[in-house]
Amino acid sequence: MTQIELRGIEKHFGAVQVIKNLNLAIVDNEFIVLLGQSGCGKTTTLRAIAGLETIDEGDILIDGQPVQHIKASHRDIAFVFQSFSLYPHMTVFENIAFPLRATRGNRADIEREVQAVAKTLQITHLLARRPSALSGGDMQRVAIGRALVRRPRAMLMDEPIGALDAKLREEMRAEIKRLHIKQGSTTIYVTHDQVEAMSLADRIVVMHEGVLQQVGSPHEVYARPANMFVAQFVGSPVMNMAEVTVSEDAGHARVLVRGAPAAFDFPSSLTAKLAAAGAENGNLTLGVRPEGVLVSREAREGFVPVEAHIIEPLGSHDIIDLQVGAQMLRARTKSGFVPRPGTAVWARINPAQAHFFDSSTGISFGTRL
Amino acid sequence: MAAVQTRSERALNLVAIAAVLVITLLFLAPIYWITSTAFKPRNLATTIPPTVIFEPEISPFVKLFTKRSQLRAAPEPEDYAAAPWWERLVFEGGEKVVRSGRGEVQLSGYPNRFMNSLIVAITSTVLAVGMGTFTAYGFSRFKMKGEADLLFFILSTRMLPPVVVAIPMFLMYRAVGLNDTHWGLIILYTAFNLSFSVWLMKGFIDEIPKEYEEAALVDGYTRLEAFFKIVLPEAATGIAATAVFCFITAWNEYAFALIMTNRRAQTAPPFIPSQVGSGLPDWTVIAAGTFLFLLPVAIFTFLLRNHLLRGMSFGAIRK
Repeated sequence: MTQIELRGIEKHFGAVQVIKNLNLAIVDNEFIVLLGQSGCGKTTTLRAIAGLETIDEGDILIDGQPVQHIKASHRDIAFVFQSFSLYPHMTVFENIAFPLRATRGNRADIEREVQAVAKTLQITHLLARRPSALSGGDMQRVAIGRALVRRPRAMLMDEPIGALDAKLREEMRAEIKRLHIKQGSTTIYVTHDQVEAMSLADRIVVMHEGVLQQVGSPHEVYARPANMFVAQFVGSPVMNMAEVTVSEDAGHARVLVRGAPAAFDFPSSLTAKLAAAGAENGNLTLGVRPEGVLVSREAREGFVPVEAHIIEPLGSHDIIDLQVGAQMLRARTKSGFVPRPGTAVWARINPAQAHFFDSSTGISFGTRL
Repeated sequence: MAAVQTRSERALNLVAIAAVLVITLLFLAPIYWITSTAFKPRNLATTIPPTVIFEPEISPFVKLFTKRSQLRAAPEPEDYAAAPWWERLVFEGGEKVVRSGRGEVQLSGYPNRFMNSLIVAITSTVLAVGMGTFTAYGFSRFKMKGEADLLFFILSTRMLPPVVVAIPMFLMYRAVGLNDTHWGLIILYTAFNLSFSVWLMKGFIDEIPKEYEEAALVDGYTRLEAFFKIVLPEAATGIAATAVFCFITAWNEYAFALIMTNRRAQTAPPFIPSQVGSGLPDWTVIAAGTFLFLLPVAIFTFLLRNHLLRGMSFGAIRK
């Protein structure tokens, strides 16, 4: 049973503030992913929880107890490094046994525990080898084994699969998830890969320049991004953003992308909702994911004529760049739906998938249709 | 890589191999000279042209270790018959072994000097490498004010050649009673080697990723435990290399040893040449002393060769 709470964490490296007033409560058994670009403070946060980094302000509480004055070795927290950090002069067995030997358990117990962990991770046949003789995936399994073996209060992982190639990364991702479901320990996982974050997390914590942007389930973060940063960081291809003006005309709301020949058609309730949220024309950005841009090959009611510029065939689907005024909107279509670049097609925006942001602050108005 | 070689490349290769062979022979020649002279009978040691084929004998080594005096006449037959084999070798050279009143064989100055060399070189190497490793670890892992200046200061202690500081050191040592003592030389050599050891070890420790220690820290070990269990084994290569260099420096040091010691703590380097001057030089004995003096460094380096040749990190950290 481990809860971790961060209260008002601040951290400076010289003149640079890397963590700004970070507050976060993590419940027992939760799988939390800290997501952000490199340099956003996510790794520093993780290292501070582990006790490898000091903090300037705030409290880190593990099970309600402030730990910032407790040494790393006494926090009973396991850490998996991106570099794996397996001790090269020890065999796999010795590596996994190393944390147990710190507490000087007896030899038979250590042997049993190591064997049990090795069995879970299916690395029993590697126990006599040196780390240098292992593949990347196996090194990672050993590193996780070393973290799991003493049943720590929490597992911290810093981009643990970032150094692996794409296929292996996918395999290990599934394995980490399976392991978490089976072992169930409070886990904090740092990554810059939003796919990893979406697939693993109970809750995602998005960070940017030391500031927490949004905390939520993968679905919440994807479907209701709190601001333009989150909206564009999560999801691939990235969410389309366009400055728009909204007007009302004959019982319809018209959303006009700057420079476009025609406006997109929206339900009339939009104008009232935007007004209620305090949105004003001239300071309004529309965000829509490629799957929210609907494409038609013939002119239809509510569709705007556009030109297909670039087609990226991805096998299961195509991503098409549509020129709308001065803007490009990327749309997701069935593969082969638009035969070739230069084709004139018609597009509209699915109102249920439209997001509206304040252009200057980037904050979402939270308006949903 | 088994690349296809053209005829000219092959010829060039042969030339290169020949050049390497010549250089190697050139470098080995003095070692061969000393070694062969150490096993020659005295009358063959100084022949012109040099004798290459001879029957090796070990009389130079017997003479090296014993105190001898010149025989005026041939030894008495009963003395010769009663003498052990090694003493007969001395008789055959026209000398006799000096014995005390109670008949004990008197040893020459060499074994003592050799032991002094071993004591001073080993102790100062252990101290310099040990202290150097700790200091280097501190410099490598912790930020401190004026780090670069301190490191430069440490190196600067090595900038003055020994001959320059030897006289003031001698005066200071005499004042505190450290001259002609083992500790005197050990302190000097440790101080002299420490700067070198710190710099070399810092380079090696910088190469050890700090994640290793961090992993040990979160695994429940203190920093000191992490240092001994993780950093030291990882730094073995560096420690071996540093130890070899420190040992060679301390073992071969001549200037300080010549000035600071004369009897009790004198090491082999100032002693061996001093024998050239006493009477008619017996080159075979000097060669034997030099040959034995070469051995410890050769053995020490040979024992550590695996550490010296092994690559630093072997791929358990991924970048």
